[in-house]
Amino acid sequence: MGNLVGDNAVHVDLEPVTDIPNDNHFYLNMGPQHPSTHGVLRVLLEMDGEYVVEAQPVLGYGHRMQEKMAEHKNWMAFMPNTGRMDYAAALPYNHGYVALFERLCGIEVPARAEYIRVITSELNRIVSHHLWIGAMLLDMGAFTPILYTFDDREQVLDILEDVTGSRLTYCYFRVGGVCKDIDDKFIEKTRAFIKRQRERFTIYNDLITGNIIFIKRTEGVGIISPDMARRYGITGPVLRGSGIAYDVRKNEPYSVYPNFDFEIPVGQNGDSYDRYMVRLLEIEQSLRIIEQALDQLPEGPFLGKAPKKMKMPTGDCSFTVEAARGELTYYLVSGGGDIPYRLKIRVPSYSNLSVLPELCQSMLLSDLVAAMGSMDLVIPEIDR
Amino acid sequence: MPPELLRMIIAAVLVVAFVFLNAMILGYMERKVSAHIQRRPGLMEVGPHGVLQLLIDGLKLIGKQLVVPEGSNKFLFRLAPVLSFAPCVLPFVVIPFSKKLQIVSMDISLIFILAMTSINVIAILVAGWASNNKYSLFGTFRSVAQAVSYEIPMLLSILSVILVTSTFSLSGIIAAQKYYWFILIQPLAFIIYFISGMAETNRAPFDMPEAESELTAGFHTEYSGMGFSFFFLAEYANMFTVCSIATVLFLGGWKGIPLPLGDYTGIFWFMLKVYGLLFVMIWVRWTFPRVRFDQLMTFCWKYLIPFALANLLITAVLVKLI
Repeated sequence: MGNLVGDNAVHVDLEPVTDIPNDNHFYLNMGPQHPSTHGVLRVLLEMDGEYVVEAQPVLGYGHRMQEKMAEHKNWMAFMPNTGRMDYAAALPYNHGYVALFERLCGIEVPARAEYIRVITSELNRIVSHHLWIGAMLLDMGAFTPILYTFDDREQVLDILEDVTGSRLTYCYFRVGGVCKDIDDKFIEKTRAFIKRQRERFTIYNDLITGNIIFIKRTEGVGIISPDMARRYGITGPVLRGSGIAYDVRKNEPYSVYPNFDFEIPVGQNGDSYDRYMVRLLEIEQSLRIIEQALDQLPEGPFLGKAPKKMKMPTGDCSFTVEAARGELTYYLVSGGGDIPYRLKIRVPSYSNLSVLPELCQSMLLSDLVAAMGSMDLVIPEIDR
Repeated sequence: MPPELLRMIIAAVLVVAFVFLNAMILGYMERKVSAHIQRRPGLMEVGPHGVLQLLIDGLKLIGKQLVVPEGSNKFLFRLAPVLSFAPCVLPFVVIPFSKKLQIVSMDISLIFILAMTSINVIAILVAGWASNNKYSLFGTFRSVAQAVSYEIPMLLSILSVILVTSTFSLSGIIAAQKYYWFILIQPLAFIIYFISGMAETNRAPFDMPEAESELTAGFHTEYSGMGFSFFFLAEYANMFTVCSIATVLFLGGWKGIPLPLGDYTGIFWFMLKVYGLLFVMIWVRWTFPRVRFDQLMTFCWKYLIPFALANLLITAVLVKLI
């Protein structure tokens, strides 16, 4: 997996060297079945005692040929696939996909549908960050926070289940809008959730943010400099933790995001603690967006006119959304008809993972676990 | 049968039975306390509120097959759990549960207990080596380094108390706490001893050797069935021993508000104090994440040992003056 990113990149061989040059080093396999790689990721580590000399991620254990399937299915048939790539935060994947067709074929989306899309996507982002907080703390040996975050997740999953029908792998958006309208019960429950969540932040700050052991495990660990982030194409909270304030919702706004007033939290040092703080603050910003969206929610239809058999013009088109883990781009090449010639999905975790070999030179194994956890990788979306 | 032999047999049976009973109670307590900390009910199925769960778990583990990995040293692999468990039973012989409920009273009871807990290091080494597994080896390295390092502040803090009482006999130490408990005059030693005790028994936040998210299970990855349950029993027995020494040395042992039949019912106060300390241990485990290994060692060598030494020095000076 050579990294074609320039002269000072780390060139990593595809196959591990069979005769170990240094007698003191040994190879350790983290994964593919391992409690702390979030999915089926194998990281081949060359270790010198407790220190990692070289880390090679080996991908493909979860490859499901999603992009190949897209070449044989029309948009409606491929729709469920989009919810299954990153199942921790599936709605932005839905969003990018349908918005791609809307952009390509010039289909109008009613305002109410756009607002519903934003509300549900932001709820999904909150849910994803909660999952991440729990899982990262679990990797570090704290067994309690995951139970608390999953409790908050349950509140949202119940709300979303009422309107979308799914708890995890959503297939809610349609080209032209969403498939079911939200009702007053949804709005009421969401407002109650926002109120409850704001009170829960004190628990998280007491238990996690101010916890000296957590701070010692994450401060200064896995520092990604802005230059390193730029070279590897890192996006999302990992990039914002390194100090670069780039968020697709602000820099290349889509949908109705320009109507909302929210901030982009940015870290200073680029270490794991900053990435944690960025995600914690992003939950608060998502709550703000949802509040404003609920206040501004217009009446109207929730699904615009979209043909069942899409007549795509020849050519290509792309659409970028801010998924929970970073910048997600769908790129479509069509040759006319209603089945794409090629659908390329650029997932944020793939680029975020590619920094691992350079990041983990001379790092302790425990720090590798903390750093990898802080990058919020979801392997199914990497392997697609 | 001579009464002495009969007494020894009864004592041996009682001790082993107590170790198993303690593991059951402590295991149940751990799972229930952790469940309530995590906002869930915990054990509820087997027996009323799950009280029979640990018993059934024990029976299940007895029935399981001990899978010996290929390429491992078969004799050592089978030896390690026994080597871990046997020395953990012995301290119960000298612990004074009450004024007249101490099986053997020696002048050097405390040294005996410390010696027994140190054998655990060898058992971990044997277990990790005999597993023929890189993860187990990792866990062993860490565990041995941790156990050996944290013994030093443990001993230093105990020594501070011994300087005051000038006897290693546990019943003698309790007798010396006639007017006040030693925690009042040795608070720092108590804190250092408690922290070192948690590190010695590989309890979180010092449970790097069993770090599930990194090493799957450390040195007992390859063990199943009774082998695993021996390590499990040894860990809980060790926890009990550490907390009972803390109680004896700092919290006055079985002394408390006098109860009828005081010579025998002192065990009530003793158990109360020991299980109170165990509750704190469990509470700490489920609150904090794991300390990274080099930070663990730094904490021991750069913080605990200097403080323990300073404490010892000050105690020595004060004992000489007063």
